[in-house]
Order: sequence, then C-alpha cells, then structure tokens
Amino acid sequence: MLWETIIGLEVHVQLATKSKIFSGASTSYGSSANEHACAVDLALPGTLPVLNERVVELAIALGLAIDGNIAAYSTFARKNYFYPDSPKGYQISQFEDPIVSNGRLKIVAENDLKIINITRAHLEEDAGKSVHDEYADVTAVDFNRAGTPLLEIVSEPELKNAKEAVSYLKELYYLVTSIGICDGNMQEGSFRCDANISIREQGAEMLGTRTEVKNINSFKYVERAINFEVSRQREILEDGGKVSQETRLFDPEKNETRAMRTKEDAHDYRYFPDPDLPPILINEAQIDKVRATLPELPWDKRARYVEEYNLSQDEASMLANDYSVSNYFEKCIGESTLSPKFVAHWIVGGLFSLLNKHSTTISFSRVSPASLNELLAKISRKEISANAGKRVLGIMWETLRDVDKIIDEQELVQISDDSVLQQSVDEIVKGFPQQVQEYKDGKEKILGFLVGQVLKQTRGKANPEIVKTMLERILKA
Amino acid sequence: MHDVILSTVSALKEGLLSKKYSSVELTTEYLDRIKTIDSSTNSFITVCEEAALRQAARADELIKQGKAGILTGIPYANKDIFCTKNVRTTCGSKMLDNFIAPYNATVVEKCMDAGMVMLGKTNMDEFAMGSSNETSFYGRAKNPWDLTRVSGGSSGGSATAVAARLAPLATGSDTGGSIRQPSAFCGISGLKPTYGRVSRYGMIAFGSSLDQGGPMAHCVEDLALLLSVIAGHDHRDSTSNKRGPENFCRHLNKSVKNKVIGIPKEYFSNNLNPEIHLIIDEAIKHIEKLGAKIKDVSLPSTSLVVPTYYVLASAECSSNMSRYDGVRFGHRCEDPNSIEDLYERSRAEGFGDEVKRRILMGTYALSSGYYDAYYEKAQKIRRLVKNDYISVFKDVDFLIGPTCPSIAFHAETFTHDPVQMYLSDVYTVSANLAGLPSLSLPAGFSQGMPVGMQITGNYFRESELLSLGHAYQTNTDWHNRYTTQKLGK
Repeated sequence: MLWETIIGLEVHVQLATKSKIFSGASTSYGSSANEHACAVDLALPGTLPVLNERVVELAIALGLAIDGNIAAYSTFARKNYFYPDSPKGYQISQFEDPIVSNGRLKIVAENDLKIINITRAHLEEDAGKSVHDEYADVTAVDFNRAGTPLLEIVSEPELKNAKEAVSYLKELYYLVTSIGICDGNMQEGSFRCDANISIREQGAEMLGTRTEVKNINSFKYVERAINFEVSRQREILEDGGKVSQETRLFDPEKNETRAMRTKEDAHDYRYFPDPDLPPILINEAQIDKVRATLPELPWDKRARYVEEYNLSQDEASMLANDYSVSNYFEKCIGESTLSPKFVAHWIVGGLFSLLNKHSTTISFSRVSPASLNELLAKISRKEISANAGKRVLGIMWETLRDVDKIIDEQELVQISDDSVLQQSVDEIVKGFPQQVQEYKDGKEKILGFLVGQVLKQTRGKANPEIVKTMLERILKA
Repeated sequence: MHDVILSTVSALKEGLLSKKYSSVELTTEYLDRIKTIDSSTNSFITVCEEAALRQAARADELIKQGKAGILTGIPYANKDIFCTKNVRTTCGSKMLDNFIAPYNATVVEKCMDAGMVMLGKTNMDEFAMGSSNETSFYGRAKNPWDLTRVSGGSSGGSATAVAARLAPLATGSDTGGSIRQPSAFCGISGLKPTYGRVSRYGMIAFGSSLDQGGPMAHCVEDLALLLSVIAGHDHRDSTSNKRGPENFCRHLNKSVKNKVIGIPKEYFSNNLNPEIHLIIDEAIKHIEKLGAKIKDVSLPSTSLVVPTYYVLASAECSSNMSRYDGVRFGHRCEDPNSIEDLYERSRAEGFGDEVKRRILMGTYALSSGYYDAYYEKAQKIRRLVKNDYISVFKDVDFLIGPTCPSIAFHAETFTHDPVQMYLSDVYTVSANLAGLPSLSLPAGFSQGMPVGMQITGNYFRESELLSLGHAYQTNTDWHNRYTTQKLGK
C-alpha cells in the first residue's frame, strides 16, 4: 500500500527583546535560578501584565517577511491549565485574533520551489522550567524563562516528508535570524518546534489521525522524529490498528518518540479574552515604520548574489542564508574593490573549512573581514600564490598575526619579477633537455612539468603564470 | 477630642493645620477607638498601630514644614484586598493568611505619598466574593446599626469602620456593588469610579474586567478628597485610563440646576421593598427641588444583569484564582505526595465554600461545549447593557434609584440560598458591566436601618456625580447620623 505523509509544524520563536513580554524583568539566559523572576513573573496576587511594545514590532517584521496579513486589531487570551512552571495557572497567548495570519514561505523541495502556507503567527509568553534532578524527592521550579516573549508560527499541513519539514524549518530559521527577531540560539531553546504528523493512503481525501511530537530543538532531531513517527504509524496501520491521537516526546538518545498524553486526558484550556490586556491596535504608519527598517530577506539576497555577483546557487545560499555570514561577506566586498565572486570563493572555500575545523561560526571567526581583505588583495595582485594564501589564512587564524608579517616570516612573497626568475628558468631548461625536446616536438602538455620544476626550485614562490610565459618564450624561440 | 471623630475630613484637616491636634494625637484617638469598639464590629483583620503612629509622626513633620497635601496626616482604613509591603494582605482568605506582598498597591502608594496614615487592613468577603461579609475567613464585620445584621460586602469591613467612626476614610473595591452595597447597609457614602479611573495594580483580582477601587467616607466631600489622591493613570495597569490626576473637589459646589435625572422604571418594580421605594421617591423629590429635572427612562436589559454578571465575574474569577496553587506563596498543604495532591489539598483547605462555588461556576461557563451558551452569550448581553446606558445618557445626566432592594439583612439569612443573595445585587452590577461611575448615599432609614440611594453618571463624570451628591448632602443630614447602638465593651 502507498502511504502519503502530511506534516504541519508549530514553531516557537523566542523574540529577541531585552525584557519580558509582560514585565520589566530581563530575558538573559544562564543566570542563577529565579534571578530574573519579578513579582509579575511569579504571578504574585495583585500584579498585572503590561505589554512590551517591542514584541509588536518584531511580530510585524515577521508578518511583512512572510507576506502575511498583519491584524489591525488582535487580542490576548488566557489559556488555562495547571502546571508548576505556569505561575498564573494560565498562559497569556492569542487565540481568536492572532497578530499575523495567512503568510507564506518559499522552500526548496527536491530542487523545486514550493510554497508553504503559514496559517498564523501569534504572541505568547513562555513558561518557567521544572528542575527534576537537583533535589532529592522534590521538583524545583525556575521562573527565569517565565514571560519570555514567543512568536508561535503555525504552518498549514502541507509538508510531505521529513526533508521538506527540515527545509521549511531552515528557511524559517534563516528568515527570523536575518530580520533580527530571534537570536537563533537553538541550544538555549530560542527556536523549537512541535510537529503534527499523520499519514493516509495515497489519494485519500480525509486526513489520518495525527500525533503531535513536542518541543524538538534541532533540525536533525526533527528529521529523525518525523521519520520514526511515520514508520511507527505505518506499522500500526498496516497491522490493521488505529493511530491514537496523542502528544508524544522525542527521545534523541533512543531515537524514538514516546506517548506523553492521550486525547482523553487532553486539557480543556478554556480560552477566553484576557481582561487585563487591551487589544493590540496596529496602524499603517507602524507597519511602514517597521518596513523601512526591514533588511533584505534571505531569498532576495540569494537571488541578488546570483544575479549581481555571478555566484552559483550553492555559493549564494551558503552566503545569504545566515545573516552573520552575509554580513561578513558584504563587509568584505564593501570595504574593498575585490571581485565579489573571488571573495565568495575564498569565504566558502577557505574560511568555512577553518570554521568547520574549529567547530565554530562566523561570528566567532578569528579572521576579520579587514584581514581577509588584506590577504585576498595580495593574492589578487599575485604577490602570493593561491596555495600560499591558504596557508597564510590558516596561520592568521592560529596566530592572529597580520598578513604581511606572516608572508615575511614564511617567505611566501610570490616572485613575479622576470629578472629574478630568469636564473631559475634557465637552470631548469638546461637541467631537463629531454622534456624540452619533447615540448619542441609538439608535446605542449609537458610545459606544466617544467613550470612545476621552477616552482619547486623557488619553493612555491614563483608566479606560475609568469614562469609559464617565460618558458614559452625561450622554448619557442 | 471625642467629637473629632464625628467631623468631616475637611474639619480634621483644619484641626491638623491649625495645630489643634497633631496627626499622632488624631491617629491615637482612632487606634484607641478601634481597640475598644472593634471587638464588637470586627471591621479590621490587621491593625497597624506602630506603623500608623510612625506615618503620623512623619505627617506631623510635613505639616510643620508647610508641605502638607490635601490629606496629609489623615488616617484611613485600607481594604485587605490592596497589597501592602511589610503588612500582610489576606484578601479575607485562609489562602493568604500568611501572605506579605513585596510591593504596595498603587492606591496604597498614592495614599502613602499623600502623607496619609494607614490604621489597618479591613475585613472583607473572601477574595471579595460575597454580599454580606460572611465569607470572610476572619468572621464577618458586623453592622454598627444592628450587630445582628450584616455589614454588606464585600467591602463590609471598610463600611463598618467608617460607620462606627473607627476611621474617617476607607478604601474599597467594587466588582458588582462591593463598595455601594455595604455603604448603603451601613449608612455611609461610597463611590465606584469609572472602570480604569483608579489603578488595579496591587488590588487582588476577582473579576478583572469589573473590579474597580474607590473611596468610602461619611460624606461626598470626603469621597472627593480621597478620590483626588487615588485616581489617575498608572503604567502598571494596562486597563488604567490615560487621564492624569484630577482635583475632584473643585466642582463640588457646582449647581445641579437643569441637570436631567433619569429614573429607570425597572428599578422600582414590585421586588423593591415599599419603604425603600418611598424613601428613594422622597430623595428624588428633594433633588428636584434643588433645580434638577426628572425624567422617566428605561433600561430594558435590567432583568438580565444578575445572571450575566455572575457568569462573567465567575469566569474571570475561576482563572484569577488559579495562581493560588500552593507552589510559590499562600497556603500550602502539609506533606503533599504529588503535584496533584499539592494542588487539590492546598486549594481545598485554603479556599472557602463561596470561592469554590464561583470557581466551579466559572470553569463550567468557560468549558468547551458551554462557552457559547454561557460566557459568549453573557458578553453579548454585557454589550446590550452598555448600549442601554449609552442611549439613556443621551437624554439624561444621571440615573437615580435604590442601591439595594432591602435594608441590611440578618446574618445567615442566605447561607443556604446563595442565589437569593446574588439577586440582591440587581441594582449595582450593571454599573460594573457597563464600567460606569456610581455613587451610594444615605437617603433615610427603614426599621432603624440606613437606606442607600444610588446615583450613576456617564463615563468619567465623577466630578458631576459628586457635585450632585454634595448638593443633596448640603440639604439633608442623613449622612451625619451616627448609630445609637452601644459598641464595644
């Protein structure tokens, strides 16, 4: 039997604000427990929420970026449930009137462009954190995260497999980090997702019963969780069983999902409008203001890199997707007259391997755009060879010393001066009479061997093109 | 010194400024009265003797330096729903018996900044849910006119304290009549301001879209003074109106000539006690004599307001009460063996029956499958109620009727029939549903018990409302009556 998979994703994007969504407490991560939990975050009696206006701007930015509808009027609702990390006994969220709706995201699926519709994006507050392993017999609660602003972005169930889901997630990730509404730190939970997964017979009209896998915080885990869930559901259905609608958790160590709660004990959240918060009213002027500050979006940037700089699709993606990479790239080309294609080649081919080797990201690069430019200028002026350039880049990373010093010390300056090279060229012509003869007999390929010998003698410093011209001149004479 | 306690706040202020007595002396006088009398009235949950004397000494210093504001050195009683730093705030509940807030409510902060002296925290129905003060964990405040009768609720402690002259001023809060009904029952004046006029920050929530803090006093002039101190925008309350502070005493003497008074016919149905009917008719005639014009009007949705109110207030209450889970503050059961056990027993032990009843009603009204029939429908009726008022205020300046359908009832009258008690809120809840300012004034006596007249005005027209009340009180003396009951030992 042929099965068809249907996936919808709910992504929780932590908005990059200094203070919480409804209180003045700091959102900084990694402080001691409850250090950033103020009276409002702890839901002390009598406290009231006050909306941090910054989150509205960030939500508008997302709305613009996904070409969605930005609501002129949207409301907050209370989602009621008891849990120790939910201090008020309800979460302030949006229910009936989300701030953003009907957006779309272009993704690449099997080399084709596909548009995934985004149902809605709504504002809400994060919960605190239960700590189970620090004290014997009791659970402790840390409310530092309580009240951190989240934007929950809900896709239509239009993703067909794990690869598409990951592609959607990555595209969304590049987007929210590029427009600066999220710091993108997945380890700290700044970008995490719930996946709704169901399968049905190919061609069937009704959706199958879905399961929801909660709180997955890496692209790799999303792929594995979906694949596991799809084959689990298929096995059940092929054995004649029924998939039960439930919430499941992904265990990355065992590489499986486990039931967390079934539909029977699902909460009745008793949503109702939060009487403590007036509706959010957004006018055109506010939207225009955000639009004016919106940076170039990743897909526009990719297209521009291909068109303007003549980069390949792959190079464009590698440079445009991550805004810190594109910032780096554009800083390099902005501060020099080097050809963008040449710079792109060196970032993708040179700097990226160093980043990989040291398992770090470009924000932590030990080679600044300015130093990279210095090096690339020397390579393009043929003062040093490309090979030597690679070596210098590695040394720059290790030692943080400047380009000139490294080239001096390593004696890497490329020799382009005919008069300096003449002696070596003459010696090689004398030293390899047989190969010289072969060349003269028409085996022009042998020239590469002779150039190589000159390079060897000059320990790689000779400019190979100059050497080539010189040899040709002598041999053809 | 003794007749001091019968004076208006303006007279007390005069006494302080002319150095007839100091704030410390005045405060001591009230504290002594509380000591001798409150054992029979039970209006205070917590008395703050030391802190009050300290605040009084500070006020005396300010007065000496010529830095006195309109209420500097004046003692007041604070409803135990307003959070106070360093003094416990119980909200009348076992749940918060041990709760000390790390901050002051905005109302408290404003009173403090004005140099007022907080005598203590007054008794109230548990979490402000009740109309008789009988749901208080600390026993009911008793009506000074007849101790066997209730003080009304939920601000019964504040009403009793003012009526028994244990404080010249008190704060109250009003979700469905909790300032006006006890004011009527105890023969004092009380104002529920327009929703958003007084900050709700630090005032423990019951029905957030209905709750509004306000002043309680002997007379309208004193209400105006306290309102001037506590009103004004607060950035910590998003529902607080943007208007800044105002001096509500400025227009007190404005003439009411040619003002149009609407008399809603629905407020004078057969359910109204005939004696109260007569008293309110008298009061209306009196106001007519002051130059106002009387007009019969109709508020057609009146019959729906009580059920609407109890659906909405209970729905909000059920959510607002969720934070009392025994985890971070408040009552926590002994040795919980699981998180569910902790929730269940802490809440079962910490909440009284009325609070539980409303949590159940509200949870039901919001439940999936019932939401449309209850919560959503009640919201629609709420809009109708509001529209009734908007249209009637096109023709009239004020609406006048009784505050309550009866005088203060005897304790335990409704213990086994809560719905009958709810129905007695029929005249007060609509001002909360619509968010309008509404005033209750003493207008006469029935069976020796005070009767209250309610005057409701248009949005943010507290000044006009108070000027009408003041004009009435300038020509009557119901507000100056003092109980003949022997209070205290």
